[in-house]
Amino acid sequence: MWIYEKKLQYPVRVSKCDPRVAKYLIEQYGGADGELSAALRYLNQRYSIPDKVVGLLNDIGTEEFAHLEMIATMIYKLTKDATVDQMEAAGLGAHYTIHDKALYYTNAEGVPWTAAFIQAKGDPIADLYEDIAAEEKARATYQWIIDQTDDVDLQDALKFLREREVIHSLRFREAVEILKAEREQKKVF
Amino acid sequence: MNNQLREWHPYVGPFDPCPPMRVKTYIVPPNLFAPFQPANLQQYSLPEALRLGTLWPAYYSPYESRMLEGRS
Repeated sequence: MWIYEKKLQYPVRVSKCDPRVAKYLIEQYGGADGELSAALRYLNQRYSIPDKVVGLLNDIGTEEFAHLEMIATMIYKLTKDATVDQMEAAGLGAHYTIHDKALYYTNAEGVPWTAAFIQAKGDPIADLYEDIAAEEKARATYQWIIDQTDDVDLQDALKFLREREVIHSLRFREAVEILKAEREQKKVF
Repeated sequence: MNNQLREWHPYVGPFDPCPPMRVKTYIVPPNLFAPFQPANLQQYSLPEALRLGTLWPAYYSPYESRMLEGRS
């Protein structure tokens, strides 16, 4: 059960009419390490992970959906007013063929989202290490997209999202430490 | 005026990056309104029917390219 707040987690301002960037942002929408993958990965893994870290996966998985909405808003703002010519020039000609200007879960190269992008091994360490890797890859992807636009308002929201990846990675690393249960051990030498 | 065309007015925000498209359109083809073909409909001439793809004006759906939209 979720409660929906009809607002974005962080304001999204797009100030430059540059539909080209939409094609790159789609990577974070339906790519292997995008927000959809992240949300579904964590919310699915939480069932079979030790109780102590279920809440963490629940909370981060939920936040990923908030990020997904922000990415969708950026893509929509950049494409909704584009002509067919502009879609073509932005590298979104094939996207227009299949989807008109509808959003769709693909990566930046147009490969549709697949469950094969994510994993659930049932082994808590393996799953958390995958989650850490996913956060670091998403952080890197945000960096490369920030490199690819000079719209400072768009960069601002992307920098917020990048920072969230850093924090999520930290929390997953903390979860690994909790499961190692090293800190509770009494060490007598 | 094309009576198979419907218009809608998407939300236009105060901070949208691109010049807004205030009107968007979609097609409602005639098979929506007469989903079971009545008998004895008026027919096109045979050469015209071959060119248009249907024998019956009641089911003809034209489409105009959007390619030239926004070109000056």
